[in-house]
Amino acid sequence: MQNHLITLALFIIILPLMGSLIAGLLGKKIGRRATHRITILLVGVAFLLSCYVYMTIVILGHPTVSGLFYNWVTSGAFQFDIAILIDRLSATMILIVTFISLAVHIYTIDYMADDPGYQRFFSYVSLFTFSMLVLVLADNFLLLFFGWEGVGLISYLLIGFWFNREPAVFGSLKAFIVNRVGDVGFVLAIAAFLMYCNSLNYHTVFSQIPLLKDHVMRLFPGVSVSVVTTMSILLFIGAMAKSAQVPLHVWLPESMEGPTPISALIHAATMVTAGIYMVARASPLFEYSTTALSFIVVIGGTTALFMGILALVQNDIKRVIAYSTLSQLGYMAVALGVSAYDAAIFHLLTHAFFKALLFLAAGSVIIALHHEQDMRKMGGLAPYMPITYLTFLVGALALSAIPPFSGFYSKDIIIEAAHLSVIPGAAYAHFCVLVGAFITPLYIFRAFFLTFHGESRLALVEKHRVQESSWIILIPLLALAVPSIIAGGLLIGPMLFKTPNLLGDSIFVLPEHNVLLQLAEDFPGAHLMAMKAPRSFSFWLAISGIIVACLFTVSFPALSTALKTRWQGVYRILVQKYGFDDFNQLILVRGTRQLGQFLYRFADLVVIDGIVVNGSGRLIRWFAAVSRRLQTGYLYHYALVMTLGLVIFLGWFLLKGA
Amino acid sequence: MISLSNFLMLAALLFGIGLAGIVVNRKNIITVLMSVELMLLAVNTNFIAFSHFLKNNTGEIFVFFILTVAAAEAAIGLAIMVVLFRRSHTIEVDKLDTLKG
Repeated sequence: MQNHLITLALFIIILPLMGSLIAGLLGKKIGRRATHRITILLVGVAFLLSCYVYMTIVILGHPTVSGLFYNWVTSGAFQFDIAILIDRLSATMILIVTFISLAVHIYTIDYMADDPGYQRFFSYVSLFTFSMLVLVLADNFLLLFFGWEGVGLISYLLIGFWFNREPAVFGSLKAFIVNRVGDVGFVLAIAAFLMYCNSLNYHTVFSQIPLLKDHVMRLFPGVSVSVVTTMSILLFIGAMAKSAQVPLHVWLPESMEGPTPISALIHAATMVTAGIYMVARASPLFEYSTTALSFIVVIGGTTALFMGILALVQNDIKRVIAYSTLSQLGYMAVALGVSAYDAAIFHLLTHAFFKALLFLAAGSVIIALHHEQDMRKMGGLAPYMPITYLTFLVGALALSAIPPFSGFYSKDIIIEAAHLSVIPGAAYAHFCVLVGAFITPLYIFRAFFLTFHGESRLALVEKHRVQESSWIILIPLLALAVPSIIAGGLLIGPMLFKTPNLLGDSIFVLPEHNVLLQLAEDFPGAHLMAMKAPRSFSFWLAISGIIVACLFTVSFPALSTALKTRWQGVYRILVQKYGFDDFNQLILVRGTRQLGQFLYRFADLVVIDGIVVNGSGRLIRWFAAVSRRLQTGYLYHYALVMTLGLVIFLGWFLLKGA
Repeated sequence: MISLSNFLMLAALLFGIGLAGIVVNRKNIITVLMSVELMLLAVNTNFIAFSHFLKNNTGEIFVFFILTVAAAEAAIGLAIMVVLFRRSHTIEVDKLDTLKG
């Protein structure tokens, strides 16, 4: 039984890789149709296998299995294995990844239909699926890191998919570089695990954490920090870059230069949640460091609120959703920080569905308008695209946490958990997520109304050409709309409040942090929870958000311009994204360039080229010039030297003998 | 009675003169050849002297061989010199510095 699940997991990982290789290497030969058929078939099979694994592990309660395939590196006492861990957490994750990936594969057929890089795109998407599956199925930190870097690389490739567009290239570089910053933290955390636990295997590492909790290490002379806190914060820095938390969030809005299916798959549903997954996976570590948890809570709360506010001033429909993703990732981070890991994964799950849905629906609008993304040039599209309209509405309602849509359950739990938590910083985070509950519907319904309602701002010629997208696009939308509506209500009970809950022993929570247990006492059941929503404050915040959005965009569009002129300073700060980009551009990028210039001019040209390379050449020339004087070419000089040498040697020999 | 050391001193003197002839001479390459012959003769003198005083005639036989080889060597040396003169139109030692680095 055990082998059998592990073999299935291996297939789940390998199938997308095969699809990617076939599409990438043979794509031109077998043509477009065969390419998409093969990759979709392979990902589809992987999805079915994932369903089976999920059923076995989560529903039927099969115990956790892990399997070793290959001994990658053995170095002294350290051993790095290619090994798979299938527990409740990873089984849930592979289900999400393969499902969204399948939907995006299908969607891509039409979205990329007239793109010359069709096969390349499918190859990348399948390769991404492979890396993401490695990431979630890994049994040790090194393999996790392999998947981590794999998804980062493909994210880079796909953001820069249209590599002849300058913003795309800039965006892809930005994503790559910001992620390297986070990787520094991750690699240092891995080094710390090796140093203190002598292993990278999850189980071995986590079983030693309780022993390490009182250990301190000296960072600098006189500065001692707790080992567990250092590990946790380093690990979270890695997660911050991948999951786009302030201040390493700057790459995610730029990533919208990539094709829309990618934004849905990578930059909303799966890759950006890898950081959340990683922290949840490492919950036995984070639990022992209240400092790290507070750090996560504060960062998460800041991201949730302030990135949401930025979405209000964006005019590009994809960027609105991108900032919304940032904000939702902040929610998940808050849930992690208050030790409600299950709630974070729960929100990850529902968010994956409704955010992928929003992106794909936005993509449907974008192709209908021939790659127009500016909302100021949309408006009044509802009658032309009824299904896109409805699915976008579903996504928006789910995002706004309106019962009974899935987002309501997951977000409400996070707000409640933040309220109950006693971790330092939780009060701030609670404030942030509560205000965020108002901001979220405000920005998403602003986008919704601007796109689908009100006066049409399309050019006249285009107005008649706009039509609903094809079924290939609509099927994934509908497939995602269903879980966006029902997943929350269906899963909240089994996932969070049943014992054992959906994630079971994959997650470790210290009893004093266990806010979900407190919540479980009051949990009335999914149905009643939705019914009782009108009694909660956050519900009315969400409703008022929608109403305000309606007022500002549909009823009185003049209001928003009035506000803009009235609060010009605030508006400018928001448009400048709080200056993060400018700061990076001015200080970090220019600083790095100047450092590079200095190193080029001094270290490279003077020291290396001048002294080391040319210097050694010059030294040899000088030595040769001196020593060539000895080579006079006159026979008698050589004879003299020979004789003198002989005399000296003989003399030495004789004197030594005497 | 002339002692062995007198013979050895004579031989050393001849050898020194030959060496000096090679080193000091700047003009004629024939002088170099002659100096080489002189050095060989110094060696021969040593052989004869030792052979006489040790009452063993192996050294004397050896000298015959050396003289033969020296004759052949002189012939080759002169032939090389002729060829050298044909090429460089000089046999002046100071001008023959093609080995110069």
